[in-house]
Amino acid sequence: MDEATRVKLPDAEQLCEQLARELKPRVGARTAMIGLHTGGAWLAERLHAMLSLSAPLGLMDIAFYRDDYHEQGLHHDPKRTRIPFDVNGRELLLVDDVLYTGRTVRAAMNELFDYGRPDSISLVVLADRGGRQLPICAQHCGARIDVPPGMRLRLTRGADGKLALALEPARAA
Amino acid sequence: MQRNPQLNAAGELQHLLSIEGLPREVLVQILDTAESFVGVTEREVKKVPLLRGKSVFNLFFEPSTRTRTTFEIAAKRLSADVINLNIAVSSATKGESLLDTVANLSAMHADIFVVRHASSGAPFLIARHVKPHEHVVNAGDGRHAHPTQGLLDLYTIRHYKKDFSALTVAIVGDVLHSRVARSLIHGLTTLGAPEVRVIGPQTLLPLGVEALGVRVFHDMRAGLRDCDVVVMLRLQNERMRGALLPSAQEFFKHYGLTEEKLAAARQDAIVMHPGPMNRGVEIDSTVADGPHSVILPQVTFGIAVRMAVMSIVAGN
Repeated sequence: MDEATRVKLPDAEQLCEQLARELKPRVGARTAMIGLHTGGAWLAERLHAMLSLSAPLGLMDIAFYRDDYHEQGLHHDPKRTRIPFDVNGRELLLVDDVLYTGRTVRAAMNELFDYGRPDSISLVVLADRGGRQLPICAQHCGARIDVPPGMRLRLTRGADGKLALALEPARAA
Repeated sequence: MQRNPQLNAAGELQHLLSIEGLPREVLVQILDTAESFVGVTEREVKKVPLLRGKSVFNLFFEPSTRTRTTFEIAAKRLSADVINLNIAVSSATKGESLLDTVANLSAMHADIFVVRHASSGAPFLIARHVKPHEHVVNAGDGRHAHPTQGLLDLYTIRHYKKDFSALTVAIVGDVLHSRVARSLIHGLTTLGAPEVRVIGPQTLLPLGVEALGVRVFHDMRAGLRDCDVVVMLRLQNERMRGALLPSAQEFFKHYGLTEEKLAAARQDAIVMHPGPMNRGVEIDSTVADGPHSVILPQVTFGIAVRMAVMSIVAGN
């Protein structure tokens, strides 16, 4: 893929450490973290450990809140959302791998409010590739990356647990 | 080969009519999706917006409070609008009038029909005539099938036993009149349970039941030996034709599940029952309320399984 090779992707491990350093001073007694399946959950597992958060990590699959259900149907492999702490009154760090249209984050916030009323939600992403379709922005962002049209940027996790960003052709809708 | 009427051209579930003939991947998809919905049903807000704006018509041509209620709860937790129709019909109802009923409801913009009917095949007939965006879920047709009950049984077994590949499952009692048994046997075979047994008197087992891949027992203690899962069936009094049994007492003596008979099964065996139970006929109260019983969790899982089925078919 010619165009793909021209884009130099940053090192996901370094971005992860950079985010942890940035978040560290913000962590308080009421801070809790939720990662979005699947890439966001990997990143959140890392950040959660690096920040030594006291509340256990929450994991969320937004399959039941997507806005394209009527066109796409249900995802084949929805994971179970598990939020093992009371959301009410929390300062939540919502973690995803790549921020693009903003639709996933919209769905995640809708789902979150069915669990309770957090004091605040901050969005943490490894990469922002632009292309927003909703008024959503990340408060903590590892890197801004231009992605060639027709390509998808996503996080991968190797057998050794190492995180890496990858470009691949976007699936036809 | 004719396409399975439940699947669309892409092989996705469009209607749920019977577990028979459903590929393993579709069964696993339903069970996995149901697991995610179990999480939703444990929250304070037990509702997701998936079927907002959709209409679910519960078409019950045969009375059933429990099944209708669980479908209604499931649809409401998916944010659908639910309309319950209890249609009392004579046994002489013609096919035309059934389809006319459906055509009228379709004109009211139905999205899902949940159908319970005394005649085997009624949901198939409806599925053949609905519009492409309408979906049919079989909630029990005659003696033929009760796929969501079979699926919730499969879900319950997977929940407690994790894996089907080493399981011995016994289905006990009135297999002849049970649509639940048929659906469950097909599901267990598809998911790879190595040994499925049916236990009951000759008169309550269908002729040629062995052809479904089950082992037949007429003695409870022999049939229950080393079982991991015991599924009790209700003695279907209202379906009994002719003298198949001397008496309910006699049935309980030989086939009623007591603690003493259950002792033949594995120590960690689970006991299931599709309900409603006849205590003292097919199951003793000490077992129904005992530590092996997972009868009430079955009901809870049933809602998540029906949410899964409706949200999968309505999206395809």
